[in-house]
Amino acid sequence: MPASLDAPASGGHRTAAADSAVPLIACRGIVKEYPGVLALDRVDFQLLSGEVHVLFGENGAGKSTLISLLAGAQEPTAGEILMHGTPVKLGSVHRARGLGISAVFQEFSLVPQLSVEQNLFLGAEPRKHGFLDRQALRREAKAILSRLGFALDPAETVQRLTRAQRQMVEIAKAFRTQPSVLILDEPTASLTERETEQLFALVRSVTQQGVGVIYITHRMAEIRRIGDRVTVLRDGHVIATVDAKATSEDRLVELMTGRVISEIYPTIRHAPGDVILKIESLTSTTQNVRDATIEVRAGEVVGIAGLIGSGKSEIARACFGLESVASGRVWLRGEDVTGLPPRLMLRRGFFYLPPDRREEGLMMMRSCRENMVLPALRDAPVRRGVFLDVTQEQSLIQRLSKRINLQPARPERDVGHFSGGNQQKVLLAKSLSRPVQVFVFDEPTTGVDVATRAAIYRFIAELCEAGAGVLLISSDLPEVLHLSHRLYVMYRGRVQAEFSGADITEQNVLSYFFEREAA
Amino acid sequence: MSQPAEMQQSLVRPPSRRVLRFIQQLFIQLGVLPFLLLVALVVFTAISDHFLSAQNLINVVRQSVYLIIVSLGQMLALLTGGFDLSVGTIVALTSVVGAMAMAAVSAASPDNVWLAIAVGCLAGVAAGTLVGVTNGLGVAVFNVQPFMMTLGISSVGFGIALYLTGGVPVYGMPPQFGQVFGFGRIGGVVPVPVIVAIVICALTWVLVNRTALGRYFYAVGGNVKAAHLSGINTRLTLFLTYTLCGFLSAVSGMLLTARLETGEANIGASMPLESIAACVIAGVSLRGGVGRVGNVVLGALFINLVQNGMNLAKIESYLQTVVLGALLILAVIADQLRLRLIASLRD
Repeated sequence: MPASLDAPASGGHRTAAADSAVPLIACRGIVKEYPGVLALDRVDFQLLSGEVHVLFGENGAGKSTLISLLAGAQEPTAGEILMHGTPVKLGSVHRARGLGISAVFQEFSLVPQLSVEQNLFLGAEPRKHGFLDRQALRREAKAILSRLGFALDPAETVQRLTRAQRQMVEIAKAFRTQPSVLILDEPTASLTERETEQLFALVRSVTQQGVGVIYITHRMAEIRRIGDRVTVLRDGHVIATVDAKATSEDRLVELMTGRVISEIYPTIRHAPGDVILKIESLTSTTQNVRDATIEVRAGEVVGIAGLIGSGKSEIARACFGLESVASGRVWLRGEDVTGLPPRLMLRRGFFYLPPDRREEGLMMMRSCRENMVLPALRDAPVRRGVFLDVTQEQSLIQRLSKRINLQPARPERDVGHFSGGNQQKVLLAKSLSRPVQVFVFDEPTTGVDVATRAAIYRFIAELCEAGAGVLLISSDLPEVLHLSHRLYVMYRGRVQAEFSGADITEQNVLSYFFEREAA
Repeated sequence: MSQPAEMQQSLVRPPSRRVLRFIQQLFIQLGVLPFLLLVALVVFTAISDHFLSAQNLINVVRQSVYLIIVSLGQMLALLTGGFDLSVGTIVALTSVVGAMAMAAVSAASPDNVWLAIAVGCLAGVAAGTLVGVTNGLGVAVFNVQPFMMTLGISSVGFGIALYLTGGVPVYGMPPQFGQVFGFGRIGGVVPVPVIVAIVICALTWVLVNRTALGRYFYAVGGNVKAAHLSGINTRLTLFLTYTLCGFLSAVSGMLLTARLETGEANIGASMPLESIAACVIAGVSLRGGVGRVGNVVLGALFINLVQNGMNLAKIESYLQTVVLGALLILAVIADQLRLRLIASLRD
């Protein structure tokens, strides 16, 4: 008997059948308040044993906050959480785990330098006489992996694994103890179709044992395939809990956004002009992009869809000089710009907006003004001789703040003190600080609310209708489907397909998302 | 008629809370420096009658010149998210090279005093700046961490300075050098080094606040990837940072040489600690991207004020180093508290 395994407060699945009327987990009037933000407002939520309960909502709707409370990573400001009908105080992830709640988060909690088995048992290492018991570690790790059907070498270092494999390690970690509640946060975002099948089979087998699964996804198809009930969140409120099989997709989107689809996505006039950006058989040194050819014309929105790691982001980064190019050419208005660094691409009117504003987009501890004006500092009118022209800078900032509707309109405030939506707007405003002909938006709506999302789409539409070429890279499928005049689908670094006009449908696009069995 | 009573009540209870609010806001806005200055002024005034005299305060300002100039250089490095541990070595090497060059020219043509001084200053500042250039190359081109680069270079530079002099002071500079740049007073009142420092502070302020390069320092320290994506040549910016830091330290080194009237390989050892302390106490963030010229000048003044006060209070110099180190750590802790306070009050 492996004494090292933290024996969870068992009960969970064995007694589940007996008291199936009592929910496994019940949230009553949960409130979570961050300084200035009400992330969850009186949320009621129930998870029954043996069900897959999908949490559905936009980024920032409160899904992540809710699961982080259930996983014990944070504590609610008010309200209570009940397990099997008794109120519990979760307090820490460790304690939640002890009570049988295991969570798999999107952001990997793995130590890249350690091996798979070391990661699996991190913090609960098998011990013998006070020393690490390496044989037991190997044995138990193998047992978990084989039970889950994951083909992973327990001795492999995590940093050498692919994203999908890391996801599997993360899931295996959740199964180290016998969970009665399993939380999965977009687990398929980086899995292939086969791996997804495997995961679904696993989810079905654990629910049959009475485990309750909370499942977060943005993919409509998955809700139907695996979900039993769906709870829709919007702006921190529970909007509805509906049957997964009986609710239509349009209805779900309406519940999620509070609007009819046509209100969110503008119709963008399509008046294609000359080819402005031409990417020709581009292969990156890292092989993240292989032999890819893409064209963007002035006055059109061109989308790129694909899984994470499909090369859809890397192809734009390679154009902008952020990834080195092994072969192929990039032409900007007829000029060969292959391999130029960002500052030279900017000078030629090519602007790339990164997906992660915190990581690559903004200086959080500096003011909105300094952030917005940063790309424009080296040229007139902000620059006059050696010095900066403070008056010109101010008038530019006034114009930009108004254009993006910065709320509150205080550009001198640190950008880190603004809401996510406003931060994203500041990032967009950077692209307006200088003349640009080709805009590349890489995941432009991550972590923003519906109103901001609609504003960003209008922003993109206006740029396009003013004659700019727009390349829109997004993992949010509805977004690229609705906005693109033409759409490329990438898989494993290659352009798999190109659609335009009425051919841009979810079905068409998704069929090229994964490995084609025939190929 | 109930109004006075109400007013009285509102005056009786909240003042302490309002004062606390005000102090809290002051702390958030300005950091720990105003409080430390106040405490130092009160304590040292109580201990010594001399402390608050005009003569003594002018003395403090004059003594602070060297640290102020070095701290401005250190601030540039801190703004970009690094730091420079070799500022002391730069001061020493500048002093030695400058003094040797000046003495050599002075010996060759004893009549041409000002030529000797000019050549000596140029040689010294060039030597110090060269150390900065080396740091810049290492950090910007070869991606050596600022910690390792400047630590290594400080050993290299110190070794060279000792090797050049054999460890003995360099004599033979024309006396006019010290008379003007060390002890000279404009109009018999304002010391020449203070004038130099004022000019350098003004130039640094303009550089940091009114030029694109100044913004780039903040941008590179604020978020180097965002800066790169915004079209900023981050490597060039880093290179210039360390070069400028070297230049400023070198200027300080020459002024110090003028004051000592000899070239010394052993000066500047306390400069790295003191300059970083001056910056941190002044609210310059160790994570980069935050800091102001005016505050750094005050920070350097504060450190000299404390040293001066401790001298007047006849505190042993060994104990003074203890106090200085403790102050540095206190400033870092205060900075952490401030960040936590900001996070909790974020509106």
